[in-house]
Amino acid sequence: MALYFFTPFIAIILTILGGGIIFYILGFNPIEALKFYFITPISNLYGFSELLLKATPLCLIAIGLSFCFKSNNWNIGAEGQLTFGAIVGGGVALLFYNQEGFYILPLVILAGAIGGMIFALIPAILKTYFNTNEILVSLMLVYVSKLILDYLVVGPWSNPEGFNFPETRQFSDSSRMPLLFEGLRIHAGIFLALAAVMLSWFILYKTYLGFQIKVSGLSLKTAKYAGFKGKTMILVVFMISGACAGLAGVGEITGPIGQLHRMISPDYGFTAIIVAFLGRLNPFGIIFASLVVALTYLGAETAQIFLQIPKYTGQVFQGMILFFLLASDYLLFFKVKILSLKKNELRH
Amino acid sequence: MLHKKNLEGKFKMYKNFFRYLISAIFLLGFSVNSNADFKVGFVYVGPTGDHGWTFQHHEGRNAVEAAGIKTTFVESVPEGADAERVIRQLAQSGHDLIFTTSFGYMDPTNKVAKDFPNVKFEHATGYKREHSNVSTYSARFYEGRTLLGHIAGKMTKTNTIGYIASFPIPEVIRGINAMTLAAQKVNPNIKTKIVWVFTWYDPGKEAEAAQALIDQGADVIMQHTDSTAPVQTAEKAGVWSFGQASDMQRFAPKSILTSIIDDWAPYYVERAIAARDGTWNQQDTWHGLKEGMVAMGPYNSAMGADLVKEVEQLQKDLASGKVHSFTGPIYDQKGNILVAEGKVADDGMLAGMSVYVKGVEGDIPK
Repeated sequence: MALYFFTPFIAIILTILGGGIIFYILGFNPIEALKFYFITPISNLYGFSELLLKATPLCLIAIGLSFCFKSNNWNIGAEGQLTFGAIVGGGVALLFYNQEGFYILPLVILAGAIGGMIFALIPAILKTYFNTNEILVSLMLVYVSKLILDYLVVGPWSNPEGFNFPETRQFSDSSRMPLLFEGLRIHAGIFLALAAVMLSWFILYKTYLGFQIKVSGLSLKTAKYAGFKGKTMILVVFMISGACAGLAGVGEITGPIGQLHRMISPDYGFTAIIVAFLGRLNPFGIIFASLVVALTYLGAETAQIFLQIPKYTGQVFQGMILFFLLASDYLLFFKVKILSLKKNELRH
Repeated sequence: MLHKKNLEGKFKMYKNFFRYLISAIFLLGFSVNSNADFKVGFVYVGPTGDHGWTFQHHEGRNAVEAAGIKTTFVESVPEGADAERVIRQLAQSGHDLIFTTSFGYMDPTNKVAKDFPNVKFEHATGYKREHSNVSTYSARFYEGRTLLGHIAGKMTKTNTIGYIASFPIPEVIRGINAMTLAAQKVNPNIKTKIVWVFTWYDPGKEAEAAQALIDQGADVIMQHTDSTAPVQTAEKAGVWSFGQASDMQRFAPKSILTSIIDDWAPYYVERAIAARDGTWNQQDTWHGLKEGMVAMGPYNSAMGADLVKEVEQLQKDLASGKVHSFTGPIYDQKGNILVAEGKVADDGMLAGMSVYVKGVEGDIPK
């Protein structure tokens, strides 16, 4: 069991070693390159705040996904739920454009969570009542949500003074996340992520629902035998997952972005799948994993600025983490045995 | 006494001389030092190998580097929350001049510029210059479109020109109108059909749009998107096409009649040297064929020598200002006059252009 939580570290160490080898082959000093990749980005307060800013949506989405994955529900469409959450939340923010009121931001956030929840309910309902494959449905809905966003920011919601550029107005201050420190971009959304961590720990480990989720994940047949209502549980885990992704989306648009446009997320919903597994679907593991993966984004930028290492190494690192994690899991759960046939046995 | 005074005077003179000398050395050393440390940063929206928009900005950067100035670039920076951090990191890490080469970097550029008053910023295709250290620049691509329109009007057999458009912003509408006006001048029966793809770069969508236009009878295809997919589709279908942003000839050697080339190099070198030497000032630059920011690719010999000659003359006249792309009378789709006879559209009108001229089919998406 201790090894089970140790393999992510092995995966990270192997990724760093693998990265060093790649840098060496590309003709860079591997030690220097890795320093620019993993240390320079967080060597000052600003860098550290940016790391937290980047990790916030990843952590939120991965927490939500952990509910689905733990119970054997493969929600691949968190990116779509994030986008739809941002659409609904952003719609409310635009509705209250130029209005004051302490209640506006909570409404916007709530709308974002509900948006994500509704969007996640689509694959959940189709799965429970029509037996469709949730992987395909949730994935394809990502494209649907992005097209809806495209339509809205080009057409009805585009900024009337914006020369038809595909973006909405900048939200008023009353629907922006409060900043935690002057001059830094880190915002109150981080508390949403931390609250989600605490709440998910409580639900997963201290409630009947959490028990149901775990049992269904380990063995669907056992869950059925125990008399758990599978359908309700599927709907609930998808709703939790969608709400978290929606919160991540609304956090981005009311935080650093401040408006709706076509580029609200650099595929956080997909990267969060790596985060969820690297964190071992454990709420506190996910905090750690989101920081590691966020660092690969920042490191890729710093490495390109200082050493002109291609920025795509960031994606290579994310891929390597997942690869090494799965590989170490494989070696952990399956014993490799070299078989040799003895001469005696052959004779018979 | 007198002697002593003289000596003192001399001593004072020497002292002053040395003081000046030392400060001069210091200043010299300092300025040489700052020259050596002078660095220019570039933020790209796409990969450097897109053979379109970012490729050309990267060529501009190469020219700055060739001029002996150190440069750095960051590619594929999404126009969302990440842009601000990248721009800020470039400013923090000792870059003195930063080019942000996509419209979506407008607000982040101005936001970072506020916090780094000693760093100069140049934002491509935007309109916000909120601080004195932010300049904006763009090119009069519509002049190139006028040449394309002239060629298209002469080359089409079906009198139908297909246009793949990205977003209904003034820049794109201006191109559609300039092209249509020039084509009508040589062929009054011309019709411009448009497909909006709502993307700057999506080879799949662009190829589909090109095919749809060809199916509707267009035998000349042009694009305001960045991939090479439309010209390749045109090559396969055996219709004419034009390259966009860079010389795309090698992707469709038979089909491409010419390309509009964005040549940022002279501007980038000029601005980098100005910033290094302390003569940089805030500007709103809009350069065209005259300054060479818009250039044309080689003309396809299939056009025939006469047409090539005609187009080359028109290119010269546009550059010298003898001919303007938007010379009246110009009517909108409903027949209302936009520019009176004998007048030319001013830059304000061009910058905010949001209606089609007569001869363009369909409505601007709202």
